[in-house]
Amino acid sequence: MAEQRPEERIHNSNEVPYGFTPEQAQLEAERCLQCKNAPCMKGCPVEVDIPAFIQLIKEGDFSGAARKLKETNSLPAVCGRVCPQEDQCEEVCVLGIKGDPVAIGTLERFAADWEMEHPADSSSSLPAQEKAKVAVIGAGPAGLTAAADLARFGYRVTIFEALHQPGGVLSYGIPEFRLPKKIVNLEVKNVTNMGVDLQLNQVAGSTITIDELFQDGFRAIFIGTGAGLPRFMGIPGENLNGVYSANEYLTRVNLMKAYLFPEYDTPVIMGKKVCVIGGGNVAMDSARTALRLGAEEVTIVYRRTRKEAPARAEEIHHAGEEGVIFKFLTLPIRYLEDDAGWVIGMEALEMELGEPDESGRRRPLPIEGSEFMIDCDLVVVAIGNSPNPLLPRATPGLKLGWKGIIETDHETGRTSLPGIFAGGDIATGAATVIEAMGAGKRAARGIDNYLMSKSE
Amino acid sequence: MYRIIEKKKLTPESVFLRVEAPRIARRRRAGQFVILRIDETGERFPLTIVDSDPEEGTITLVAQEVGTSTKKLGRLKEGDSILDVTGPLGHPTEAENWGRVACLAGGIGVAEVLPVVKEIRAAGNFTQAIIGARNQDLVILEDELREAANELYITTDDGSYGRHGLVTEVLHDLINDGAIPDRVYAIGPLPMMRAVADLTRPYDIPTIVSLNALMVDGTGMCGSCRVTVGGETKFTCVDGPDFDGHQVDFEELGKRQKIYIPQEKCSLERFELSASGANVKE
Ligand SMILES: Cc1cc2nc3c(=O)[nH]c(=O)nc-3n(C[C@H](O)[C@H](O)[C@H](O)COP(=O)(O)OP(=O)(O)OC[C@H]3O[C@@H](n4cnc5c(N)ncnc54)[C@H](O)[C@@H]3O)c2cc1C
Ligand SMILES: Cc1cc2nc3c(=O)[nH]c(=O)nc-3n(C[C@H](O)[C@H](O)[C@H](O)COP(=O)(O)OP(=O)(O)OC[C@H]3O[C@@H](n4cnc5c(N)ncnc54)[C@H](O)[C@@H]3O)c2cc1C
Ligand code: SF4
Ligand code: FES
Repeated sequence: MAEQRPEERIHNSNEVPYGFTPEQAQLEAERCLQCKNAPCMKGCPVEVDIPAFIQLIKEGDFSGAARKLKETNSLPAVCGRVCPQEDQCEEVCVLGIKGDPVAIGTLERFAADWEMEHPADSSSSLPAQEKAKVAVIGAGPAGLTAAADLARFGYRVTIFEALHQPGGVLSYGIPEFRLPKKIVNLEVKNVTNMGVDLQLNQVAGSTITIDELFQDGFRAIFIGTGAGLPRFMGIPGENLNGVYSANEYLTRVNLMKAYLFPEYDTPVIMGKKVCVIGGGNVAMDSARTALRLGAEEVTIVYRRTRKEAPARAEEIHHAGEEGVIFKFLTLPIRYLEDDAGWVIGMEALEMELGEPDESGRRRPLPIEGSEFMIDCDLVVVAIGNSPNPLLPRATPGLKLGWKGIIETDHETGRTSLPGIFAGGDIATGAATVIEAMGAGKRAARGIDNYLMSKSE
Repeated sequence: MYRIIEKKKLTPESVFLRVEAPRIARRRRAGQFVILRIDETGERFPLTIVDSDPEEGTITLVAQEVGTSTKKLGRLKEGDSILDVTGPLGHPTEAENWGRVACLAGGIGVAEVLPVVKEIRAAGNFTQAIIGARNQDLVILEDELREAANELYITTDDGSYGRHGLVTEVLHDLINDGAIPDRVYAIGPLPMMRAVADLTRPYDIPTIVSLNALMVDGTGMCGSCRVTVGGETKFTCVDGPDFDGHQVDFEELGKRQKIYIPQEKCSLERFELSASGANVKE
């Protein structure tokens, strides 16, 4: 697929891959074998009817293809861009055995974008929403999906979102150059157009509690509050000026538009020599953001190797193309400061890989006496996020598991409390957009069954 | 949208606002705060909820106009709306019956201490409010505090009103006179809170400070507001804002508050230029 050239794209925040033209899309769709057993569909957590939407693209019925996608996926333009298709549908595509799999993600993006640019006069008719009131907490992928499906089933849905913007990580975390905010807003609008009431600036557990929601007549509640709590390593100097969590760095830039400072009021520190700690998507996004903010040198510091890095291959590749330096097998142990409390560098250890750990990846072990220094004037710590404890803390009786995730039944999203369901990162720990959407979908069905059985 | 139903200037550089926010008004407790965003290009910034009227569905805010966001707020008129108001955030201030509690406040902290004094007195304590300002013109909410506290002491830096000196001197005298408070609460500029904590440490008086770290989301999501308390990193917005003053690393917090000074200056110059430009046109 055609992309913006690396030398150019690091000077703007436009998307990197251009996407298909209609001709390219139809050509790519021709390649699909329309397999009877469609292995690709089993690789998709929300069971998109992949051969069917590809067939419609082939026939030139692009809005039909988009409608087909939306039958099971409320956010296709988002998923077409950020899903790790290489580990899902494309990984199991029959054509992938011998050559390149069908570019399912790019086709999905194409159909969804085409639909946005050519909106149908009046999309599919909705059932009247006259069933019970259901509250959804959090407007990330999990909450939005649950809300859309519940509205489709005929429930009256209200979403309560803590921030001033819906979208969750799609709005505050994933950068513009990977997921334009215009796309997120349009997909959110599709959900509110279904009659879902979206209320912003509502911190559940604080502005409004679970008990109050039940008192207000909500018959069931879905919690999709994500894994928003940034983790730090707990090493000396981590609170120095110029050390950010990835969440703060990306929130300032994406949600608060600090890249447009001073037109926008929120500032962000623009480092010259930036170190990003971690090897996941969040680290890649932070590193590539730093380049676009004008950093001269950006280094990813990761304690394992490229092979173990959890980031998508595509993201590591893009980051490398753009000039991000990778320092693998490196572990920061403390940060150094100047007199005013600003970070000026770090001391790190070289690592080697030992026996596999519980994640199945080889455990990194420090090499004794290998301490060395790295200069930097900005550090972004991207070593992961934990579930946001605010709502669980305010909700006694809600059973929590490992690292504070809410315990749920995988198939229905049921929690330990009656009428309360949960899904997405809050129930799994940080995962993916599509898995959060899958959980939202299953919980919507779980809620429907629960309310039906109650009304009988 | 959150409509301003009453606005008045308390001093040339501070503003008092009553804002419609029914859910927040119903739930808020003393010591909690809101995060505001004035307009589409605005930043998110915290202000203490000074008071609320659950019936009317309003909250009271008092802001010192120090930079772009607070000056933007100060320019809004009655009937205007604030784009976003989120809250109530943070833990409410603890209030038990300890006996005698001294509540010290400086600068805009005087507004922030008002709900705390009420809450602590309601829990059965004898409350001594000790408030300080640079000069007489900057003394705010005197009547309200006189009514709220059992005793009110006022100091000014230049001696133009009340006692000449600092709030810590009043506390020092109280302690010297043998009237050692059972607990101390301090809110205001960092150096003042630090001085209070240093003063009470030798006497082992439990001392609570309300920290004003820089914030973004206010819900525990970014870590901008992290502070070191007792050697551990805490997030002011969700773990605080009240902390044990004897455990707080004030040095670090002081440095962290200065992170954006060049940007704040740049932003303010730009804002004042555009604001004065608008006046010329009128
Ligand atoms: C920088 C970054 C890049 C990523 N890149 C990818 C990628 O390329 N592909 C991919 O598949 N995944 C990616 N992920 C992971 C993916 O974004 C998440 O797994 C997904 O967003 C989880 O969805 P969610 O709905 O569970 O939670 P979130 O997206 O976190 O949304 C939760 C929402 O709930 C709100 N909320 C929290 N607490 C409350 C409360 N008390 N009351 C009301 N609202 C509340 C939050 O403000 C937020 O809007 C990335 C994550 C990050 C941080
Ligand atoms: C929990 C909490 C409650 C608060 N309650 C109130 C309140 O009730 N009334 C009120 O007027 N202010 C309060 N503050 C401080 C207020 O948030 C800041 O003054 C405001 O964000 C400044 O924004 P600005 O754009 O106007 O100024 P900026 O341009 O951001 O700053 C101007 C000057 O003020 C200093 N400053 C900025 N933020 C802070 C801060 N958080 N603490 C101390 N100095 C700061 C800067 O160093 C700079 O010198 C509170 C802060 C916290 C964390
Ligand atoms: S597995 Fe590949 S070839 Fe087969 S239907 Fe799915 S996309 Fe088409
Ligand atoms: S302000 Fe973001 S975590 Fe406290």
